[in-house]
Amino acid sequence: MKDHRGRPRVVVTGMGLVTALGRDLPSSWAGLMAGRSGIRPITRFNTTGMRSRIGGCVDFPGDVPGRPLTMAQRLVAMGELALDEALAMAGLAKPFPGRLSLGLPPTELEWPARADIMRHAEGTTNRDLAIASTGMPEVHRVQQVVEPVRHFAARYGTRGFPQAVTTACASGASAIQMAVEAIRRGETDCVLSGGCEASMTPETMIRFSLLQALSARNDPPETASRPFSLTRDGFIMGDGAAGLVLESMEHATARGATILGEILGVGERADTFHRTRSSPDGLAISGAVENALRDAGLSAHAIGYINAHGTSTPENDKMEAMAMHLVFGETCPPISSTKSMLGHTLSAAGAIEAVICLLALRDQMLPPTINQTDTDMALGVDVVPNIARPHGFSAALSNSFGFGGQNVCVVLGGAEA
Amino acid sequence: MRRVCITGVGLISSLGVGRQAHVPLGPAQRDAQSFAPFPIHPLPALGMENVIPRREYRQMENFQRLGTYAAGLAIADADAAGLVAGMDLVVAAGGGERDWGLDEAIQAELLAIPAEGREAWLHQKLADGLRPTLFLAQLPNLLAGSISIVHNVAGSSRTLMGEEGAGAEALRVAAARIAAGSAEMVLVGGGVIAERWDVMLAFGAALHHGPWCPTAERDGLIMGSQAGFMVLESEDHARARQARILAVLRDVRVDAGPEEGRAERFAALAPASGGLSVAPMRAMAVPGAEMLADAIGSGFEASFPVGVALAALRVEAGAPHIVVHGFGHGYGEFSALVEPCP
Repeated sequence: MKDHRGRPRVVVTGMGLVTALGRDLPSSWAGLMAGRSGIRPITRFNTTGMRSRIGGCVDFPGDVPGRPLTMAQRLVAMGELALDEALAMAGLAKPFPGRLSLGLPPTELEWPARADIMRHAEGTTNRDLAIASTGMPEVHRVQQVVEPVRHFAARYGTRGFPQAVTTACASGASAIQMAVEAIRRGETDCVLSGGCEASMTPETMIRFSLLQALSARNDPPETASRPFSLTRDGFIMGDGAAGLVLESMEHATARGATILGEILGVGERADTFHRTRSSPDGLAISGAVENALRDAGLSAHAIGYINAHGTSTPENDKMEAMAMHLVFGETCPPISSTKSMLGHTLSAAGAIEAVICLLALRDQMLPPTINQTDTDMALGVDVVPNIARPHGFSAALSNSFGFGGQNVCVVLGGAEA
Repeated sequence: MRRVCITGVGLISSLGVGRQAHVPLGPAQRDAQSFAPFPIHPLPALGMENVIPRREYRQMENFQRLGTYAAGLAIADADAAGLVAGMDLVVAAGGGERDWGLDEAIQAELLAIPAEGREAWLHQKLADGLRPTLFLAQLPNLLAGSISIVHNVAGSSRTLMGEEGAGAEALRVAAARIAAGSAEMVLVGGGVIAERWDVMLAFGAALHHGPWCPTAERDGLIMGSQAGFMVLESEDHARARQARILAVLRDVRVDAGPEEGRAERFAALAPASGGLSVAPMRAMAVPGAEMLADAIGSGFEASFPVGVALAALRVEAGAPHIVVHGFGHGYGEFSALVEPCP
């Protein structure tokens, strides 16, 4: 019941997934195992003239072309599916007997809603719109940063102040980390955790394009996300959500829950080098891995699989491979990037990929990195090219690195036989 | 549980910078014109371009600059510049600043563009008009990122969103980690800019409009630019390095839940009377509480860290103990006790 430092062990008793490959965990996992791409042309808004016109889309019936769901609405729709699935798997009813900690993106007033306010405004200045908006609280409610997390806290009846964690592309991993720490401190027996992402709006895609972060390989969409390949040219945005029910082993055992896996350790290290680039020595990334291993009480050779951050940008994949060699030596464990199939789900990625690691441990199967027709051999890593692979292993590492230099790693273990 | 000490404070508001500007509080500085009908408490000229390296300054928006400035003040106040490599960081921040000049230019034409071509026209305007680095200046977690880059803070880094309550939750998590022994030294706080039309638009329905009035008479909040950062430290760590201890932070409590239970949840956290309130409006008044928003306005995520930082300075100046309490304009209830170190 206690780990190597005498802290409560933290186990996973429920998982849920919503991805471009499926609206639940079984369909998402089947797609990943089949090496299928979820990337396709974006249809919910007009992409004319955009550098990147494809994504890992999770659309809903409410997505009218030109008038898609707002970010907050899509976060809620996907989050409910993933968290409902996790809760049902854990055999827990509402109200949830613990805290809420989710990786979430910032939301804002999007242009269709801004145009609605304009129709009620006396003029077109910001002042005119701000005055008009004072009488339109309902427009605000569906746009606020806090609305999704408030909604989830109310829906699941979680305790305490609900945490909306943001560390950019590491948010999902940071949320798991904060949940694990709260359980270890004995603050709560269990946490409803995970992450949601729905930033695929026109303005956010334009912003990422201006940062030269997105792939321009629009045709065919399925081949655009190609982490660790010679022709990788940027990431593909993806919608998605993951839910995890985390509990102290003691709590899970006492209520007779099925233990699906374990969070063995978490570690992080902030990079002080640059907003979008890793320190060239790789030490902030390798330091995060080493901190996670130390937290788990494991040596590097205990890790049998790495789910890479693997965004398919030239910079990330090079730095990540280099940093893994710093930790693991010349021969790293197999490293695959499931972003090759799902796109980069940003704030949800760390949580989605933690669930993927747990499923890989359960089935003793590694998901592939697809689109490996020209793997960059100079990186010197086994990327599990194109086809899922049987693999005997007992611990996995999930990497997440955020803009702003926030590097977070999670070490996961399977359920004990 | 280990004792959690406040060993450094960085405080900036409409009243100015640091101790001298805030103990005692000077007369409120207000601006009723610039963002009328929304009164605000604006920042004085701070010369932030002189304290943040030029290359970094240009890549940040004002909320990041203000927070980074205050974080640096807290590190210096704690005499901890040599300890930043292992210092942990917890920040509370909201959505970042937009290019509201570009927004306004687009708004001037948007509805006149024929409906069938409007979407593509808008996207082209954004692609042509947005500064490439603006996105990074907008992301809430890039306040923490900027602090790491400018001040070399390289331990853990987490950012919480969620308006006023997020500032309290950030403080609670930081203190809990120190108390439990999983951190020795944590930099924690937030920074908010009031002089922003985009935030008026985002929060318009929650804002007070019309002439300024005291917090005890407000139903909407009056924004004030402010930043509060603190260095929290375990007592053992502070004593071992012979750091000056300003105050002890205890009992940071944060709750949230359905609207109908708010008053009961708040009453369970806050004192029956007195204390220092960072409440944004008259709801759930505590008799005899000092209303900090009267002096400096409300600062969303920054409000509670600012209140606790001010309490620490007052305790250092001889106050016996101060309960800081408040609630979010939409949700969240919170309190903490600041007292001298025995």
